[in-house]
Amino acid sequence: MAARTEQDVVRSELRWSIVVGLTVGAISLAILWAGLVRFINPPSNIETIDPNSVHLSAEFNEANLGTRVENGQVVTRVVATQFSFAPQCVVVPANRQVTLRFTSPDVIHGILVTGTNVNTMVVPGYVAQVHSVFRKTGDLLMPCHEYCGLGHSQMWATVRVVPEDDFKPDADGRALCEKP
Amino acid sequence: MRSLDRLTLAHLWLSFAAFAIACVFGLWQMLARSPWPAPFFTPSNYFLSVTAHGSIMAYVLPTFFIMGFGYFTAERALDRRLPLRRLAWAGFGIGIFGVAMAVATILSGRASVLYTFYPPLTGSVWFYIGLVLVVAASWIWCAIMIVAMRDWKRANPGAPVPLAMFATVANAIMWLWTTAGVGTELVFQIIPAALGWTDSVDVGLSRTLFSWTLHAIVYFWLFPAYIAFYTMAPKAAGGRLYSDTMGRVSFVLFLLYSLPVGMHHLFMDPEHSTGFKFLQMTLTVLVTVPTLFTIFTISASMEIAGRLRGGKGLFGWIGALPWERPMVLATGLAFFMLWFGGGGGLINMSYGMNAMVHNTSWVTAHFHLIFGGTVVIMYFAIAYEIWPHVAGSPANSPARQRLQLWLWAIGMMVMTIPWHWLGLLGQWRRVAQFDYTNPLIAQWGPWVLVSVFGGALLLASALLFVWNLAQAHRRPASAVDAFSFARALHEHDRAPRVLNGFGVWNVLVAVLMLAAYGFPIAQFLIDDRPAALVHRTSGRAP
Repeated sequence: MAARTEQDVVRSELRWSIVVGLTVGAISLAILWAGLVRFINPPSNIETIDPNSVHLSAEFNEANLGTRVENGQVVTRVVATQFSFAPQCVVVPANRQVTLRFTSPDVIHGILVTGTNVNTMVVPGYVAQVHSVFRKTGDLLMPCHEYCGLGHSQMWATVRVVPEDDFKPDADGRALCEKP
Repeated sequence: MRSLDRLTLAHLWLSFAAFAIACVFGLWQMLARSPWPAPFFTPSNYFLSVTAHGSIMAYVLPTFFIMGFGYFTAERALDRRLPLRRLAWAGFGIGIFGVAMAVATILSGRASVLYTFYPPLTGSVWFYIGLVLVVAASWIWCAIMIVAMRDWKRANPGAPVPLAMFATVANAIMWLWTTAGVGTELVFQIIPAALGWTDSVDVGLSRTLFSWTLHAIVYFWLFPAYIAFYTMAPKAAGGRLYSDTMGRVSFVLFLLYSLPVGMHHLFMDPEHSTGFKFLQMTLTVLVTVPTLFTIFTISASMEIAGRLRGGKGLFGWIGALPWERPMVLATGLAFFMLWFGGGGGLINMSYGMNAMVHNTSWVTAHFHLIFGGTVVIMYFAIAYEIWPHVAGSPANSPARQRLQLWLWAIGMMVMTIPWHWLGLLGQWRRVAQFDYTNPLIAQWGPWVLVSVFGGALLLASALLFVWNLAQAHRRPASAVDAFSFARALHEHDRAPRVLNGFGVWNVLVAVLMLAAYGFPIAQFLIDDRPAALVHRTSGRAP
């Protein structure tokens, strides 16, 4: 390119700045569109819980863990703790919105469900909440993806996605993983 | 050998020796996670190794490299004696003492908390104190850089500070801002917990403070690579820097936009609202601006060099560049890796899309490619470039230097392409081993083995690098021309005041940080957030 005078240099830089501006603008618009129009937002419910009494809380006591249908909504509650999940397997119906709620009584954990976009940190002191619709049936892995101590590698659970017709909660609305 | 060169050499050798050791740990970790057996494998050895690899690569390699290169730059670019030399040596002493303390604690197995700490997990307090000493040493360096520039400006009123030094001071100032986050976390949360003075930690606050540091620290590491792009590569190619002003603008933008963006590491965290996550995401998009400016300016500078060497046509100048020179080759390879690493980074920072890749191997691949690839390959090139001047004799032959650079770039691509793919398949991070009898995990096997091969190439390259540098000390000193940085195409004897100092930019950083982090940090102090009990990884009382 012509760079004989300083004006040439500045002109070329201004042209490039326009390209940069358009690129950055396009990226920002795409993200804005996903957030505002498609409601693709990260899990951000600032909802606190005392980590030292999780097992005594109304929501995360042992009897209330796992999947339950509440007012037509499927809600799955899991406690992530060094070095396992409670429960180790949860069942969810395919093609229905599922609300997953997690908390930790000890240290930082995190989960993802393989083959889906379900992903959240599980931070002691907070309830992490993710909404998702599982399209494919079968067993999915739900490992802990954040370092939580020497047993971290052994910490994983199963999400069992069953066809909607096979999803049969009991009278109390609860559904359990059956032995395969 | 001048005494300043001994100072530079001491820093660089500490940096590179630690780096080579950390590469051995890295390859062993890859074996542990692969379908093949790894010798000495236990989960505790694995997390000891991850802590050592991460702490060395994040805190020792870049910090001491930047300090050593900064001292070199201050004296060569400003063409005057470095002030406060004794203090600089004292800083080195504190730093090496801190490194020894931290590394010994890691190797004893009492600090397997990884370099990102994860409170309420706590390791032995000596690990944290060692790291605080390393940071303290780097603050001494920051002060010396600022003083050196101030002295030079007093002696040369109105003259533009040479670009290499302007950028170095921008980095020093950015680093002072950067370390405020992790420093506060260590001093007020982690060290009291490790000492047993407190029994619980506000985890939301500690994660937020660490995120303050976590993005800018990467730009601290990256600055030397960009300094080499602007002030060394054009000269090595036989041309001139296209625009000195664009360099200044880019370095100022790095100072501004590296800091108020760290919350993009916390997109998946429950303790922050979408509003502040979105704000910091928007600021993160702006970090691409100085990089895109740099790609333009350096490409234009290289084009000038290529055309001066007889390159014709739209792309003919590329072939005409002196690729046999290590600095030119490294710049080309760094740019190649920057396209992949930068592209992956855009996905990471994309707020919603982050859910797809958060804490998967995709992220590990991203930062290995952008830091280990683009940045560290420029550390190699800088070392080769300045070695004749600081060690008195060139590093090994240019052919060996090129072999080492190629091995590194190929190894990095062979390692990180499978990692990106495995991340998309859902391979999660920070585990010591995988159960390859699980059908889902079994299909990852071949990809993992390819990446192990890439890791082996990287280790070979790292060892060759150290060997290449060591050769200089076995040869008698040879006469070399005085070192000089690249000159700009159109040089000025004055620079606009805003682009010749940092006063106004510091005010802007403060405003941006207040906007981005003011409430997100204050919320933990306003609300009474539940704290988590301290968990000691060593299982021992403090």
